[in-house]
Amino acid sequence: MIELRDIRKVFHAGKSYALTAVDGVSLSLDARKVTVLRGPSGSGKTTLLSLVGCMARPSEGRIMLGDREITSLPERFLTEIRRTTFGFIFQQFNLVKGISALENVMLPAYPLGEPHAGLRKRARELMDLFGILPRESSRAEWLSGGEAQRTAIARALINDPPVIIADEPTAHLDTKLSREFMDIIARLKAAQKTVIIASHDPLVYESAVIDRVVTMRDGKLAAEQQ
Amino acid sequence: MRTWIEKQRNIIDFTLSSLARRKGKNVALLLVYSLLVFLLASVMFFTHALRKEASLVLQGAPEMVVQRMAAGRHELIPHRYLDAIRSIRGVSGVHGRLWGYYFDGVTSANYTLVVPEEAAPAPGHIAIGQGISRSRLATTGDMISFRRYDGTPDALIVQDVLSARSELVSSDLILISEQDFRKLFGMQDGLSTDIVLNVRNAKEVPTVAAKVQKLLPDTRPIMRSEILRTYDTIFDWRSGIIVVILSAAVLAFVIFAWDKASGLSAEERKEIGILKAIGWETSDVLLMKFWEGTVISLSSFLAGVLLAYVHVFFTPVVLFEPVLKGWSTLYPEFRLIPFIDPYQVATLFFLTVVPYTVATIVPSWRAATIDPDSVMRS
Repeated sequence: MIELRDIRKVFHAGKSYALTAVDGVSLSLDARKVTVLRGPSGSGKTTLLSLVGCMARPSEGRIMLGDREITSLPERFLTEIRRTTFGFIFQQFNLVKGISALENVMLPAYPLGEPHAGLRKRARELMDLFGILPRESSRAEWLSGGEAQRTAIARALINDPPVIIADEPTAHLDTKLSREFMDIIARLKAAQKTVIIASHDPLVYESAVIDRVVTMRDGKLAAEQQ
Repeated sequence: MRTWIEKQRNIIDFTLSSLARRKGKNVALLLVYSLLVFLLASVMFFTHALRKEASLVLQGAPEMVVQRMAAGRHELIPHRYLDAIRSIRGVSGVHGRLWGYYFDGVTSANYTLVVPEEAAPAPGHIAIGQGISRSRLATTGDMISFRRYDGTPDALIVQDVLSARSELVSSDLILISEQDFRKLFGMQDGLSTDIVLNVRNAKEVPTVAAKVQKLLPDTRPIMRSEILRTYDTIFDWRSGIIVVILSAAVLAFVIFAWDKASGLSAEERKEIGILKAIGWETSDVLLMKFWEGTVISLSSFLAGVLLAYVHVFFTPVVLFEPVLKGWSTLYPEFRLIPFIDPYQVATLFFLTVVPYTVATIVPSWRAATIDPDSVMRS
């Protein structure tokens, strides 16, 4: 379980152009459930996701991962948690251009020192699972939107993290591909993964697979629906 | 340990794929870098090998040469000086030498004529160096004509052509009998070109030199160590000229490499952000950049040094030969024995590989310390 206690995030603190992106959010996110953070652009969804995923530190408040308080941990430990606990699917997919789809999938595991052959096998299995194995040697920039996203999902799963974080995952997909994405989320849920999605796409937050929708506005929690 | 090796392997794998993405740019960099190392290493290897060769040749040279001076110029030395020098304690092997230069109008070249102490050619015969053999198209059994000091012609038979292995010092050399030498230059008996001697105790050499000068004030003793020092100075000076000329190229390369290595493009920054966001530590990113710098600089260094080695020791050193070897009509054609000073190679390594690798890491370190959430917000 992930618990946020009175979280506040201010960018450019102390400056005249300081911006409060998240303002006093307290929230508990259950394990093995799919939660959607819904809200208009600028409501603080992405910032909250990056705080939960240990990509940034809150200006105030505490984040608990299970029994562990992680806000005060040094950078090295945060990276370790990020690597072992979270898998990220970014809005722009953020694949590394110029290298193959397979290498992109393997990338998060490189620093772990896993034998190359075993890692490659696992990456190929994941790509096969998402139907993109035929494109394994294609460079990232040659992939279609759907292929790129499924590559990004395979990459997020390579270290077998218990939590998947997805930021506006359907923003660049058409309806068909968006539905396919939600099918994948259903499979992840069935595989006992915790999924946290930031989205303002009805196709996502109205999907049957979603357990909980948290609405945000102006950096604060606005409403919640189960 | 195995995990560590696998980690390095994986990261090197990714580094190589990364480098392959900017193939044109990196290959160009590799070529320019290798060329620069090649030029610098060639100068270093060549001057060092020449100096070493010269010092080896001089190892067999006498401890001291005594020349007679007249009006500040080298003059022939009478044999009575031999007895005076023999009277100095600790001196051995004192004898006069006969040598001189002969200008050959046919080839417009100067030959060095020497009467060897042992195994001198029989009167009427000479042994010639490879350079003379080539320029006069003469070999064993052929006859070479000379003009004596008084203009009368003389012809001497080539008894032997000196071995190519000694060409550095024997290209323009003619070994001649004492009789023919004196006839050719009109030099009377009882006179030598100079006197050579050995000193039993090497530490006594400066003392003996002082005694010679005191005993024979019109002479100039030249110690072997002084000759060695002169050689060093000449080669240092020549290689210095080349290095000064090359310094413009070095500077241009430094600017180019610094720009290439230190300027991270927006795409590279974004990539570092992605790597951090997907779980790479700052140290992993730096490790990748370290390998990137090392792959480029070390391969260029090795390629440059290897090419320079081949260039200096297995080809005729076309680039630097005229400046570094000296100039003459009779260019010696010789292969240098490979002598490499590890200290020089280490210096070159630290001046090329280390700065480039550092230049690659420092800006990446700055980029790698940014928060990974910048990727989320981009």
